[in-house]
Amino acid sequence: MKTWLKVVAVILLFYVHLAGMLGDVPRLHILNETIRALYFHVPMWFGMCALFLVSVYHSVIYLRNPTVDTDRKAVEYANVGLVFGILGMLTGMLWANYAWGSPWHGDPKQNGAAIALLVYMAYFVLRGSLENQEQKARLSAVYNIFAFAAMIPLIFIIPRMTSSMHPGSGGNPGFNMYDLDNRMRLIFYPAVIAWILVGVWIASQRIRYRKIQDQLSDLEYEKSI
Amino acid sequence: MLQSIKILFIKEFKLELRRKSVISGLGLYLLSLIFICYLTFSLRQSSISEATWSALFWLVILFSVINSVAKSFIGENKGISIYYYSIASPQAIIVSKILYNTVLCFVLSLAGYLLFELFIDNPIQDQTIFLTTLFLTSIGFASSLSLISGISSKANNSNILMAVLSFPLLISILLMAIRITKNVLDGLDPSVSYDELFNLVAINCILSGLAYLLFPYIWRS
Repeated sequence: MKTWLKVVAVILLFYVHLAGMLGDVPRLHILNETIRALYFHVPMWFGMCALFLVSVYHSVIYLRNPTVDTDRKAVEYANVGLVFGILGMLTGMLWANYAWGSPWHGDPKQNGAAIALLVYMAYFVLRGSLENQEQKARLSAVYNIFAFAAMIPLIFIIPRMTSSMHPGSGGNPGFNMYDLDNRMRLIFYPAVIAWILVGVWIASQRIRYRKIQDQLSDLEYEKSI
Repeated sequence: MLQSIKILFIKEFKLELRRKSVISGLGLYLLSLIFICYLTFSLRQSSISEATWSALFWLVILFSVINSVAKSFIGENKGISIYYYSIASPQAIIVSKILYNTVLCFVLSLAGYLLFELFIDNPIQDQTIFLTTLFLTSIGFASSLSLISGISSKANNSNILMAVLSFPLLISILLMAIRITKNVLDGLDPSVSYDELFNLVAINCILSGLAYLLFPYIWRS
């Protein structure tokens, strides 16, 4: 990852945190100050979707042209995506505790997100239970693509069909309500960009770490024979 | 291609009919599940609400379907599968498996429906819509579970893996099916459920298309 992108991500995050905590927000009924959760909760989902998409992209590439490198990328992007998903879930629960009265409310969007996380946890269980490296990479790539496609109706279609208490329900989830307020957009969009950049950053670090680890174990193996 | 699909499809049936213990095992599994539901809810004295009926029904169908489709690759002998792969293309194999499993799932759902009527109750008002739903969900279950069965047959703890991998994928089909069931239970006009039926068809297209495309990669090992 380019250095200037990292600098941009850090500066944007400083800006988002300062402006997000101190900036003026519209006074909406019930939501009140909790509306600030938008800056911290929604970007997590954007980040998760982006990272999973990158992971699926690498899985497709892996199936077309199998290399250890693409497999490493697919796994690590999925890994960081899962962390983003868990953080999104936790921030959402924190917000729901104030806005809805309880952290878990059985809202269609909450359920859909939980299922998305289950899918990727199953992905890691699958990877854990296969012994052969090459087989592990190939089968988990197949599952990654299949699961991502099966998740699309769950995340993008079903929540749009049901009534939900989640802000922005009916139509495009997460947007309608705030679309009118330009001040919030000025903070929200940078937050999305910054968190996606941070996600890619963490993933690229992990990929390098894994690469070095693999090379080290190869060296040790060579030494032992 | 069509020829080999047909031959493989007929072969699945013949094998299944020859191994009567497997089929009767599945039937008994379904029967015991439904009977346990009947006993645990003590339905002689009390009746269950319609929402509970649909939840119970789909849970029973889900579990028996996962168990029955799981054996399509998991139970297969290593040597025999290598033989199949040497005489047929992977596409023909997955299509024949999906077709056969669709029939199996549909038969199982129908049997479950009949047993539910016998032991528990049948509050369904619009039979055509409900049977269409059963058929469409069978296609969806069959295509996703056939692929997952192929994946998990390669691992050691394949039965647990089968359940873990397939549950999250089947939820979208189940949610649609439960929604249609709710419409049918409430006695709404069939046109209300068309949206959901179209959604089911779309999900089926995605799942079966992907299973067709991805299966050759599983097979290569």
